[in-house]
Amino acid sequence: MTARTENKTSAVFDIHDMTVAYDRRPVLWNIDLTLRNPGLVAIVGPNGAGKSTMIRAAMGLVPMVSGSVSAWGSPIGRELGRIGYVPQRGSVDWDFPISVFETVLMGTYGSLGWFRHPGRVQRDLTMRCLERVGMQDYAQRQIGQLSGGQQQRVFLARALAQQAELYFMDEPMAGVDAATERVVFELLQSLSEEGRTIVVVHHDLRTVSEYFDEVVLLNVRIVASGPVDTTFTSANLQSTYGGRLSILDTMAEAVQKQTETE
Amino acid sequence: MFFTQTQIVLTGTLLLGIAAGMVGTFAVLRRRALAGDVVAHSALPGLCLAFLTFQSRSMLVLLSGALLSGLLGAVTVSLLKRFTRLRDDAVQGIVLSVFYGGGIALTRSIQNTHRNDPGADLESFIIGQAATMLKGDVQQIAVVVAVTAGIVLLLFKELKLLSFDEQFCQVQGWSAMGLDILLMLLTAITVVAGLPAVGVVLTAALLIIPPAAARFWSDRLSRMMMIACAIGGTSGVTGTLLSARYDGLPTGPLIVLTSTVIFALSWVFAPHRGVLWKSRDMTDLQSFLPWVESDDTVPRAPTTLDPHVSAQEAS
Repeated sequence: MTARTENKTSAVFDIHDMTVAYDRRPVLWNIDLTLRNPGLVAIVGPNGAGKSTMIRAAMGLVPMVSGSVSAWGSPIGRELGRIGYVPQRGSVDWDFPISVFETVLMGTYGSLGWFRHPGRVQRDLTMRCLERVGMQDYAQRQIGQLSGGQQQRVFLARALAQQAELYFMDEPMAGVDAATERVVFELLQSLSEEGRTIVVVHHDLRTVSEYFDEVVLLNVRIVASGPVDTTFTSANLQSTYGGRLSILDTMAEAVQKQTETE
Repeated sequence: MFFTQTQIVLTGTLLLGIAAGMVGTFAVLRRRALAGDVVAHSALPGLCLAFLTFQSRSMLVLLSGALLSGLLGAVTVSLLKRFTRLRDDAVQGIVLSVFYGGGIALTRSIQNTHRNDPGADLESFIIGQAATMLKGDVQQIAVVVAVTAGIVLLLFKELKLLSFDEQFCQVQGWSAMGLDILLMLLTAITVVAGLPAVGVVLTAALLIIPPAAARFWSDRLSRMMMIACAIGGTSGVTGTLLSARYDGLPTGPLIVLTSTVIFALSWVFAPHRGVLWKSRDMTDLQSFLPWVESDDTVPRAPTTLDPHVSAQEAS
């Protein structure tokens, strides 16, 4: 594991009593979450459950009404250098005049600090990260010339260039084809094997048990969290999604029928 | 060194165009183009008040007043946005016109009370009067441009990150708000430096049009900024020369019209992004446009977009 001098007993990541509100309407209420061990963690919940808000608030992108967030035992603001982020694909202007290479290079800016410009070391790292997501042939493209899946992989490469130990990823599988989804999961798997922790906002319930170690079921409050085997139960899902799960049931049945007939 | 008046004015507008291209590139990419317009219009009352307070027409005094009230306008915009439910454009429209209205009223009343003082003609700041620029003014502009350019080059990496992905910038530990304020400050200073030559009404155009035209020619931020500076500088020089040639035509509007002509030409003729390039008869046109590179060197929309294919090739 990549752990440094920190207290062995402190959790990788800890949210204590987090409450977030937009226009006085709470979107997250009394969130307590502790991730003790490195691994792949999915955050699932219905639309508007506050999944993205939770990770964004944890990193200080959204102001909290109350609560505190720590990583490796110290306030998260001091550990940002060890934290990587993959935002939602729609959060940037893809028409921006920047190449794939330059975008990924931005992942190294954090370690460079003020004023210093990227050099050989950062450029080599960038190329390796591009190779790891299979995008090295597209390095000189303007980012708008890529497909959705390719754009997502550029964001992943940029996060890799951050060389972080704790990653937050906001729907990295949204709107990508099945092939890219597999590539992304293989990447997450290998990051996890390197002893890193990856927290993924995930929307596809069918793949949770296949790919993730732990799951957090969220609907404004945390309904349940823990290892997938014991936490990802239909009872917990029922209380997370409420009546809306019936739609998912029908969907799951349809999928099952489809696979049976194939 | 000895300069003729035309050379002084030319140097001033050239430097101004370059600075505006530099700062404007980030302003346009950050969708803050109109913020410059708010600063410019809001500067007028401050300029008048500085004149009334200090009874001086020194450029430094007037422009300090202009900068303060311009920034006050910008701050008012962000406060109104926070405390009302009004949208960006509505807030900007309100602030801009209120400050500008106040400024116009002040210039008129100053002119009425200082009837015998030719120096009290502050109305020249409304559309600008580059022809009256003095050597000292140009030196001040040169200092502003040098400082602006220095900061932009020093913080190019940070400003690029801020403009492309503010959240990622913040997650990496930079103060996005601090950088944002710095960029706003640079914009305000550039705008205010441009007031004597281009005027309250049109300075923002110098900030917006050259970068917008430059975007047609490049997909790289650094190159786009250089092209924006070139277009800004060219517009400044050409506008000044035209204004000197056709006596009585104001410089500000001519500078803006020149940059607009460059914008229109870029929109039509630029490779890849121009309308001609995108037209169906592109292949026919290529033979007429010798500067256009062949398609082999520049990747266009790829025919296969399946990312899995490339992934397999890679592994």
